[in-house]
Order: sequence, then C-alpha cells, then structure tokens
Amino acid sequence: MSKLLVSPSPHIHSKDSTRSLMLDVVIALLPAVLCSFVFYGWREILVMAVSVCSCLLLEWAITRFLLKKPSTLCDLSAVVTGILLGLNLPYTTPWWVVFVGAVVAIGVAKMTFGGLGQNIWNPALVGRVFLLVSFPTYMTTWSQPQGLFGVDAVTGPTPLGAINEGLMQGATVQDIMAQNGYDYGQMLFANLGGSAGEVCAIALLLGFVYLCVRRVIKPWITLSIFATVALTALIFWGVNPARFTGPVFNLLTGGLILGACFMATDYVTSPMSLWGGVVFGVGIGFLTMMIRYFGSYPEGVSFAILIMNSFVPLLNRAFHQKKFGR
Amino acid sequence: MTHTVIWTIAIITVLGLVLALVLYLVAKKFKVEEDPRIDEVEKVMPGANCGGCGFAGCRAFAEAAVKAPNLDNNFCPVGGNDVMAQVAAILGYEVKAKAPQVAVVRCNGTCEARPRVNEYDGFASCAVKAALYAGDTGCAFGCLGCGDCAAACQFGALSMDSATGLPVVDETKCTACGACVKACPKKIIELRPKGPRGMREFVSCVNKDKGPVAKKACQSACIGCGLCAKTCTHEAITVEGNLAWIDPAKCKLCRECEAVCPTGAIHGVNFPKPLDKDAVKARIAERKKKAAEAAKEAAHE
Amino acid sequence: MSKHTFAIGGVHPHDNKLARDSRIEILPPAPTMYISVAQHLGAPAQPVVAVGDKVKVGQVLAGPGGFVSAYVHSPVSGTVKSIGPRPDLAGRPVPHIEIAVEGDEWMEDIDTSDNLVTDLPADNAAIIEKIHKAGVVGLGGATFPTHIKLSPPPGSKCERIIINGCECEPYLTSDYRVLLEKGEQVAVGAALIAQVMGNVPCTIAIEENKPEAIAHMREVVAKLGYKNIEVMELKMRYPQGSEKQLIDAVMHRQVRSGGLPISVGAVVQNVGTALAVYEAVQKNKPLIDNTITVTGKCFPKQVNLQVRVGTPFSYIIDSLGGMPEDAVKVISGGPMMGKAIANLDASTLKGTSALLFLTEKETRRAPESACIRCGKCADACPMGLEPFLLQKLSRIADTEALEANAAQDCIECGCCLYSCPAHIPLLDIIRTGKGLALGAIRARAAAAKAAAEAAKSSVIPSEAKESKK
Repeated sequence: MSKLLVSPSPHIHSKDSTRSLMLDVVIALLPAVLCSFVFYGWREILVMAVSVCSCLLLEWAITRFLLKKPSTLCDLSAVVTGILLGLNLPYTTPWWVVFVGAVVAIGVAKMTFGGLGQNIWNPALVGRVFLLVSFPTYMTTWSQPQGLFGVDAVTGPTPLGAINEGLMQGATVQDIMAQNGYDYGQMLFANLGGSAGEVCAIALLLGFVYLCVRRVIKPWITLSIFATVALTALIFWGVNPARFTGPVFNLLTGGLILGACFMATDYVTSPMSLWGGVVFGVGIGFLTMMIRYFGSYPEGVSFAILIMNSFVPLLNRAFHQKKFGR
Repeated sequence: MTHTVIWTIAIITVLGLVLALVLYLVAKKFKVEEDPRIDEVEKVMPGANCGGCGFAGCRAFAEAAVKAPNLDNNFCPVGGNDVMAQVAAILGYEVKAKAPQVAVVRCNGTCEARPRVNEYDGFASCAVKAALYAGDTGCAFGCLGCGDCAAACQFGALSMDSATGLPVVDETKCTACGACVKACPKKIIELRPKGPRGMREFVSCVNKDKGPVAKKACQSACIGCGLCAKTCTHEAITVEGNLAWIDPAKCKLCRECEAVCPTGAIHGVNFPKPLDKDAVKARIAERKKKAAEAAKEAAHE
Repeated sequence: MSKHTFAIGGVHPHDNKLARDSRIEILPPAPTMYISVAQHLGAPAQPVVAVGDKVKVGQVLAGPGGFVSAYVHSPVSGTVKSIGPRPDLAGRPVPHIEIAVEGDEWMEDIDTSDNLVTDLPADNAAIIEKIHKAGVVGLGGATFPTHIKLSPPPGSKCERIIINGCECEPYLTSDYRVLLEKGEQVAVGAALIAQVMGNVPCTIAIEENKPEAIAHMREVVAKLGYKNIEVMELKMRYPQGSEKQLIDAVMHRQVRSGGLPISVGAVVQNVGTALAVYEAVQKNKPLIDNTITVTGKCFPKQVNLQVRVGTPFSYIIDSLGGMPEDAVKVISGGPMMGKAIANLDASTLKGTSALLFLTEKETRRAPESACIRCGKCADACPMGLEPFLLQKLSRIADTEALEANAAQDCIECGCCLYSCPAHIPLLDIIRTGKGLALGAIRARAAAAKAAAEAAKSSVIPSEAKESKK
C-alpha cells in the first residue's frame, strides 16, 4: 500500500476545468466558424488558421521566454482568443495584419496584465480595435460572400456602413434599405458583407444556446444587451424612422450577436454577479446604439464592450449576490 | 487664429490660478499639526515597514517613539543599535544597546531523519496544514515544510531547502524582525542572540514527546535524555517536557553538550573548526575522573 | 406540491449511494477498544474510571468536563488498560481510555430486547436528563451535545422540529438504512423530541433520491398515529443536510448570520440522533454504537455496519478484507466534508458516519491554475458568499474586509472548491480567513463583555454607597 493521501475537504471535484470550459466555447463557436468557411472560402480558412496559430505561438513564446512560467497552452484560452479574433476580421485581411492583431490580442491585451484571468479587456476585441484603427483600409474593405467554391468577390459596404454613408449623403433609411435590397431573412441566415463571424446569426445563436445549456455561461448579459439594443432602437426609430434604423435591423446586423454571445460573456472581462451582469449588458447595448446612431464609425459593439469592460471592477464592487440570512 | 491662441492661454492661466487658490485653501484648512520630529525619526528608519517592532510600519514606530517617555519599549530590530542611537539622538533619549539577534530554525528533521508517513495534498501552506492535522511525518511538532516562514520574510533571508525540506536562514540578510516567528504555526523559529562572531549553540528540535516516541518519528529529535544538562558546567541547559533548551545568556560555547548529544539535536554554528567529538568527550571524561578523585579525597578527609 | 429545497447555491455531485441495498450488519467489538474522551463539541470529558477497573457495557467512563460537554460510556465490557494520549485520526494526541474486551456484559438497567416502546414518558425534564446521562450528541457531523440543543435559551420558542434525513453527502447510506430498518424507533425518537420542545410539529426531511425511505417513513408515521409528524420530500442538492440550508428548505426561513436555528423557531436533529434519543429514553441505552457506511468504488464490499464507538479503523478495514490496492485516501465521513484519515490506528467516534475509500484518480487534486473569474464558486456557495474574493482577502489576511464580506458565515461545505474549474484550493484558504474573522468577532464580544462588567462593577459600589445613606 502506498502512503495515505491527506488533504482538507472536499475530497472530490466536479469534472469542470478551465480547459473543459474553453473547449465548450470552442465547440460553441464551431458552427459560426464552419459557416464562415462555407461562405467565404479558403481565404477565410487562411485568416482563421493564421489567427489561431499565431495566438498559440505567442502565448507559448511569452510564457516560455518572458514570464518563464509553465506553459498555459493546455487551457485552450489562446485558441478561443484566436478563433474570436479570426471571426472579427474580414476574410480579405492579409495574413500579416492578422498576425499583428494576434500580437496585440495576446501580447498586449492578455499577457501584459499577467495572462489568463488578469486582463481587463477582451483580448480578441483589443486586437480587432487596434487593427480597425491602424489599418482601416483592410478592415473596412468588406466583400459580399463568395462561397467556398465561388468565383467573384464583390466589394461592398456592410449594411451598417451603407446606412452610415447614405445618411451622411442625406438619404433616408428607407431609401437606403430599398436601394440595397436588405431583408431580415437574409440577415438571419447570412449573405451580408461584414466580418467573418457576422455572417450567420443562426450559427452564432446556436452556439450561444449550447453554452447556456452546458451552463458554461449565464444568459443574462447577452439577453440584457439584446433587450437594450431593441428598446433603444425602438424609441429612436419610433421618433424618426427616416433618420434611425429599426430594432430588428440593429439586432441582426454588425457584430452584435457575435459580441453579445461570445465577447461580452467572456468570464474574465465580465461582472460575476447577476445584477452586475445586467448593468454591464445594458451599458453595452446603449453604448452600441449611441455609437451606431451618432458615432463616426458605423459599428460600435467592439467599442461598447471594451468601454464596459473597464467598468467591470467597479461593477464587481457595487453588485454582490444576496447573502444567506442577511 | 491669434484670437484662439490668446483665449486658450487666458483660460488656462485663469483656471490654473483658481485651482491653485483652491488647493492652497484646502491645504491650509485641513493641515494636520504634527511633531516635526516624527519626520526626522522616520527618515533614519530602515523603511522596510516590516512590523518587526510591533508597529504597523516605520512611520507608526516613529510616532510611537516620539510620544513615548523613553525608548525602553521601542526597538527597531532591523535597524539595530545604529538606528536606535540615531533615533535617541533626535529625541534626546538614552538607548540601551541590545545584542543583535538572528532567527534560528529549531528543527533538523530532514527527509532522511524524519521519513514521511503520509502525503499532504492540500494548499501548500503551513497554516492550512497545521489546522488540518499533525503533519506528514510521525513528529507532530516539527517543521511542516510548506514555507510560510520563507513567504513571510521580507528580506529574502529565509529559503526552503528542497533536499532537507527545512527552511534555511541567511544570517547576512536576517534582521530579526520576527515575521517568520509569527508565521510559523509550529513555533519552531526562535530569535536568539547572534553570539560572538556569530557563534552559538542551540537545540534544533521542539519535540516534546517522550524519548522513544520522538526517536521513532525522527532520528535527530531531542529525546529529553538530559545528558546535555548533566554535562553542562555553566547551568545553561534546562530540560522541560522532554525537551532541552540552551539559555544563550549562560552558554559559554564550550560545545560539550553538542558532543554528548546522542541524536545530534544540538547544533553549533559559525565555529571556526569542526567539532572534534572524541576530543571533547575525552576532556569531559578526564574532568569527571578528576572530580571523582577530588570527591574521594574529600570523603577521605 | 413542488419539492422543497434551499434558496441559494448548491452543487449536484453524483450521489454514488453504492451501499444503499446492504442491510445493517453488526460488527463485533475489537479485542482492544480505544475510547476518546473528546467525541463531542465542547470540553473533553473527564475520566471517572481508573486503570485496572472492570467495566460493563454502558457504564460511564468519563463525565462532562464543562457545560458544553457530554458523558462517555463504555461500549464494551472488560478491563481498563490505560488512560492517556493516543493519536486521533489527524495524528494529534487526544486522551483515550483503552479497554481490553472480556465477554459482553451489559449494565442491568439497559433494555436489550427488540420490542418497540411507544409510550412516551410525561416528564420532559426527566427525558432531557436521560438524554444528557446517555451522552447523546448530534450525529449529523457537529456532535453538539443534544441535551443542550433541546434546552433552548429562555425567551426563544421552538416552532418546528426537523429530523434531518437528507444525507446529501455522496456515498453515505447509513441514515437511509436506519430509516428503512429502524424507522419506528426514529419516529418515536422524533415524537419524543417534539414533545420535549413543547408538542411542536415535526418534519422528517428526506431527499428525493431515497423514495423507499420516504414511503416507509410515511407508512410508519401513519401506523404509529403521530399527527404532528410529517415526512417531506426534498430535491436532491448538496448541502441540503446543512442545518441552515435545511431550515430554509423546510420552513423558508433564513437563520441570520451568527444566529442559532432556534432564533427562527427551528430545531434540527439528525436521524441518527433521533434513534439515539429513542434508545436513551425508552431503552436506557447510552450512545455506544452507531451505523457506519463502509464504501468506495475501489472497495470490494459495500456495507452498512453497526459499530461500537471506539473500534479502531484498522480493525474495521481488516475485518472486511483489508485495504484495497488502489485506495490512496481513507475518509471518515463523506467526500465533501469528511476528514481524511492520517492515522488508521485511530478509533471511531460517536459522530463517525462512514469510512470511504477513494482512488488516486477520484481524489488527487489537480494543480492550481489562474482564476478565470467565472464566478462558479459564487454560484455554488449556499451562503451566498464570494469565495474568489474571500480567498484573495484570506491570502493577505485582511481581517476587516473578510468580516465585511461575511467570511465568518462560511459553513465549509466545500461547494466552492468542488466547482472551481481552475482548481484553486478555495476552501483551504478561506478556512484561515474564516478563523481570522471569527477571531476578530470573538475578541470584540469579549471586549464588550469585559467593558460591560467593568461598568457594572463601577456601578455597584456607588449603589452600595447610596444604600448606606
């Protein structure tokens, strides 16, 4: 008989580990990733591969040579960051721009703060915003999906971009919508220009439902973002439908679903308590709509999430869960 | 264009003046009158804020020292006599010199001497381990080896030796602040006078079990046999609860106790020469023989 | 009616009730028994026998050593061999009374027959005295002396007795078997407790994973005609059997921080305690044996044993075929709150509920990784605490913040550590923090008491002066 093992209680542990949770997120992202592959073809596969591989490589190199700590590759968090970054870029992004994004995401946004669990902002979003500000040409050259075996890439603006442009030229929302032939069914099932991950709302929602069913995340943050976006849009649209877009349009376009389901619910950069999460979600929804309506950028989800990320420590302080017997 | 520049300069100047005024008034209103000597004392302190003096930090010590009528109860172990002399000069008090101290680990239950009888699988902290059970060796008194003391040391003077599983004190860095003494849940670490040229004798064990029990758990345990106390000619050693203790004030560093200890629980450090046990034992035997002869003669008379 | 459960947190470990179908077997006493004098919460008992004394089964070995303390009786007949310190299961020396077993001679006033005595004595004070004299302690884990729990402080009123048959810890089946095989006795014990507390209603709470026990107890209560006893089915959820959580589940009342269950009108007693109360009052039999589940996936036998108090663990293991090859950890109690045994030569106590064998794979802790702030610990905490925060505060020993964040409310159920995906030893660390917070609270209370007494003593002389006038 070997020596007895002695430890404080409890003596058993649930099957959850950081790795299994991250694996669940990867699984939840798979439908969206596959959709993007199908719609955008091999160039999207290249973007995704470069993004994931460079995130893994950087994480390994930084832990190995700079921090001199045991490798954290096995927790799969770098894979999640890589996939999210890949989904946040247009498929036309050159590989070296993707790599720069990964450097910013892993190197600056994650490891500078001490690695997994210490970062204040969502690494993939920091990477994306950095690229958006630094390489606007690459980041806003959206193309209509061409399909895995498609032929011609059709360059054109995203719905949000088109609206922004059109409004600046004095057109009304209805005109622009009609001009571009947008309809909501198409938005739900893909086929609009945008980042790779914005292509298929159904695939993203499928992943979100999977995460909720597996109890990896709680739906409150996502739902409160959706509710706020819908409500804010409803009010503005009700007041002036010629100037402001409607709630359904706003829910289905841009990176809202990707952001609300997978970026805002990132454990590390979201509040832990229920009400903190709700306030966080409301903040993101409201800021998104403000940027979309009044900002110079057509899309505001990334900025809104990053801004609200900064408030997380404060929200964690302000909102505690109800204690037993108090 | 010029308008803009002028306006900018004007607004910033006015703003600066207004804010300066506000800051000045606030500083004036909320100024706390403090004894200027507090700052002076704080300046000569080591600034480690280790709490070894019993106060929260160097400033707290300075405040207490200024308030106190003398320096009898306030001593900075880190700064030692030099710093205290400076403090005394500032405050105009007298200070009694204290012998410099050093942390001494009173456990020599190495991995070989004290085999592990079970394996600990909880959080690597002596406090947690001590709260849970007696420990992973047969000795319920000895070092738990999780390094709470090393973590508590601000001066990097303590480190865990992975070969022995025991902490090692770096005497050049130890300031005798006592943080490790407080951190050790087994009360193994003691602050002892450094001794002349660092030479000192101490019992490196705290086991209070009866001899056979202690010996079974650890080969180098103090078994409370009392041989050291009997041998000591300076009455420096007391045995209480199956455990010997050497009074550093009385010890003359003759190393006889170290030579006679059957388990090697008594350690002497920083002596120039290694201990020649046989020579010392022979010396003791001769002395005893002479004493016996003297006693015989006395009896004859 | 929807099933009841507590309001906040909780986890759902697999219940692994491997020994649920094994009838209770009686284990004969070991040749030498070691009876600890510290088997209960409070002061250790003081031995009243001397080395060389002949003792009978049920004879008092040690009397209470303080107000919160309990009698200890001899579980066997034989000769007292020695009285002295002996390592307990954690390896710490605790005074034990060693008895060499000779025969099995019981005290004459103990009713050893099997017949059920249902006539309840009328004198409540006499019942409590009997419970006290029989050394009955709470068998749910805390081993708090039962007679004190049944004598609530003046001014408090008991409204409901809850008999705790949840057995929410995985693997444990002893309470379940007791309910099935000794349900009548438990019901009579419950009726006794309810009568002592002023004929209050009584709820026997059982989790839904034990439908046989629920059905059986309903039948028994109906047969015995106890109108004030009901059997309640609860959802399966750990830690349902924790006192505060159980009161919340049954009565929807939450005991306030630092408060006692009686403050919300509840008294909780374990199934085993109810049985011990029955035996003490109706049979004159002191608490000298209890039912222990010996189980584990790696253990070849799954048994429920009736074991005399003071039987060495090693004797139990040897009599069941020895240690299994791949077992690395032996636990006294359940896997969530039980104590890992460091010394197998230690003996069972009144409160021992199980002997559980776990393999390396089942129990070895995974290395700690970084907190990913997922909040699963906070979701799991049944007290609504935030373990991720408490562990940080505990590491820096910030007593004030620990108290403000209610570290003292921690019930050490282990849900946080169980659910942490980063394998951070949350509870290990929080226990030290809880100690700090409790220490600060006690120190304050002591200081307040001392101040009040000082004020009183300064008042008395002035009063004395006035009375002189």
